[in-house]
Amino acid sequence: MTTFSLFDIAGPIMVGPSSSHTAGAAKIGQFARAIFDATPTKVHFLLHGSFGKVYKGHATDRALLGGVMKFSPDDAHIKESFEIADEEGLKYEFEPGDLGAGHHPNSVRITLENKDRKTVVVGSSIGGGNVVINQINGFDVHLTGNSAEQYFTLVVENENRPGMLAKVTGFLGEKGIRIVNMQSCYLAFENKVLSVLSLEKDLSLKEILALEKEEGILFVRALEKLS
Amino acid sequence: MAASYIFHNAKELLERCHEHEVPIWKVMLNYEKQFSDRPEEEILKMLDVRLQVIFDGIEAAIEKPELSRSGMVGTSTPKLAAAVHDFKKWGDKLLLNESAVRAMLGAVATGENNARMGVILAFPTAGAAGVLPGVIYGAKHKLGLSRQQMLEMMLTASAIGIVIANSATLSGAAGGCQAEVGSAAAMAAAALTEVRGYSPETSLHAASLALKNMIGLACDPIGGLVEVPCVKRNAFGAVFSMTASDMACMGIESFVPFDEIVRAMREVGELMSPKIRETALGGLAMTPTGQTVAKKMGLLKIGDNPCAK
Repeated sequence: MTTFSLFDIAGPIMVGPSSSHTAGAAKIGQFARAIFDATPTKVHFLLHGSFGKVYKGHATDRALLGGVMKFSPDDAHIKESFEIADEEGLKYEFEPGDLGAGHHPNSVRITLENKDRKTVVVGSSIGGGNVVINQINGFDVHLTGNSAEQYFTLVVENENRPGMLAKVTGFLGEKGIRIVNMQSCYLAFENKVLSVLSLEKDLSLKEILALEKEEGILFVRALEKLS
Repeated sequence: MAASYIFHNAKELLERCHEHEVPIWKVMLNYEKQFSDRPEEEILKMLDVRLQVIFDGIEAAIEKPELSRSGMVGTSTPKLAAAVHDFKKWGDKLLLNESAVRAMLGAVATGENNARMGVILAFPTAGAAGVLPGVIYGAKHKLGLSRQQMLEMMLTASAIGIVIANSATLSGAAGGCQAEVGSAAAMAAAALTEVRGYSPETSLHAASLALKNMIGLACDPIGGLVEVPCVKRNAFGAVFSMTASDMACMGIESFVPFDEIVRAMREVGELMSPKIRETALGGLAMTPTGQTVAKKMGLLKIGDNPCAK
C-alpha cells in the first residue's frame, strides 16, 4: 500500500495557478537549464498536447522561461519572467506543436542555444508538480525531478566504442563515488552513447574536466541539484 | 525499535492515537519522523515556513488586490476585507459570525492570490489551497491560537489528507472537486476540532461530516483555470468545515465511519464522467459564459481536450 509524507499533503510551495501547468513547467525549465549547463542566449519551446492548448491561461510559458532562468517553482520572479528575459537579452519563442503519440499531454521540447552549444530536452509534467525528463539531445532517458533533487546527476556523451562505460564508471570508482542509478542509450545514426548517472557525491569541476579529456568522451555535464 | 506511528487509514490512525495516548497531530509528527528520518525540529521548521507562506499570501492579496489575467477573479478579497475590517458595522447585517467571515476572507484571498500567480502552499492541492488558510485565519482570533497550535492544525489536517490520498485521491482530474475542496474541508474540520481540545474520535466525526456532504462535487472550472468556481468555493469549504466542527463539538456523530466515506468518495469519482473531472468539457465550463471566456483567452476548443479521452 502506498503512503505519503506530511509534505506531500502540506506542499509544495509554488507560484500559482496550477501545480502541473505552472509549478511542473518551471521545474522542467530548471532541469533543461541544468542539463545545458551554461548561459543560453536563445530558447525555443515546443508545447505538446494540453501544454500547447492552455499554456497562456496557466502561465505555463512564463513558468518554463522562468525555470530556464533558474527560478524554482516557488520563486515569485516567475510572474515577471518575460520582462526579466528581455532585460537579460535572452531570446525566447513558444510554439504549440506535436511531439507525437506516446508523449504525456503535458510535455514540452526545449531547445537551448548559445554560440558554443545546443541542447534539446524533452520533459513532461506528470502531476502535483512532479516532472520527468524523457529525452536529451535525441537520446531516450528517464530522469525524474525527485531523483535530481535527491542525488547528483551526471550526463555523459561519448563515441560508441568498446570500454567507454568502464572508463566512466572506473573513473568514479577511483574517486570513491557511489553510483545509485545509471542508464545508457545508443543513438545509431550518430553512433554515440549518452549516459545518465545518479551519484551520491558531486564531482569537482577539476574532476569533470579530467573525465571530459578522456579519449572518446564528448562531453560531461554535472547537473546542479534542483531545488 | 521505537513503536510505529505509521498509519494508512482512519482506523489505524485512531489505533496509533490510543496506543501512544496522544492526539492526531502528535501521531502525524512522529509518523513523519519515522517516514522521512527528519528530526522533529526540522519538520516543525518546514511547517512553519509553510504557515508563513499561507499568511503572506493572504496579506498580499488584501494589501494589493489584482485581477487574474482572465479577469474572472480578483474583486472579492477587497469586499470581504472591508467587512472584516469594519465588522462592528457589518455584524448587524450579516448572519454569520466574525470567525466565519474571516475564514471566507482567508480562503478567497488565497485563491485570488493563486490566480494572479502569487506564491501559495498547495494544501493539499492548488485548487483547494484556500480552505485550510481560511479556517486558520478565521479561527485564530476567536480561539486565540498560538503559532504552535496553528502548526498542530496543519499536522492534524495532513493526517486526514494522507488517509484520503491512500484510499482515494486528492486530485480533481482523478476524482472531481469532492477530492479537492471536499478533502480540504474534511482536513480542516478535523484540525479545528482537535485544536479546540476534542478527542481524535470527535475530530474524525467532524472530518466525516464534512466529507460526506461534499460527495459528488464536480470539477468543471471555466477554461480549465483554477478560478471559477474554485476561488469562491474555497470560502464555502472553509465555512462548511466550521459547521462540521461545531456539529461534532455538540456531540453530533457521523453515522458512517470515515474510511467508508473515503471509499464511497472514490467510487463516486470513478462514476463521474471525465467531462466533469478538470477537462473543461462539462458543467460550468460549457455554459455560454464559460465558453465566451475560454474563447477570449485562447483556451480549449470544444471537444479538443486531450485529457478527456
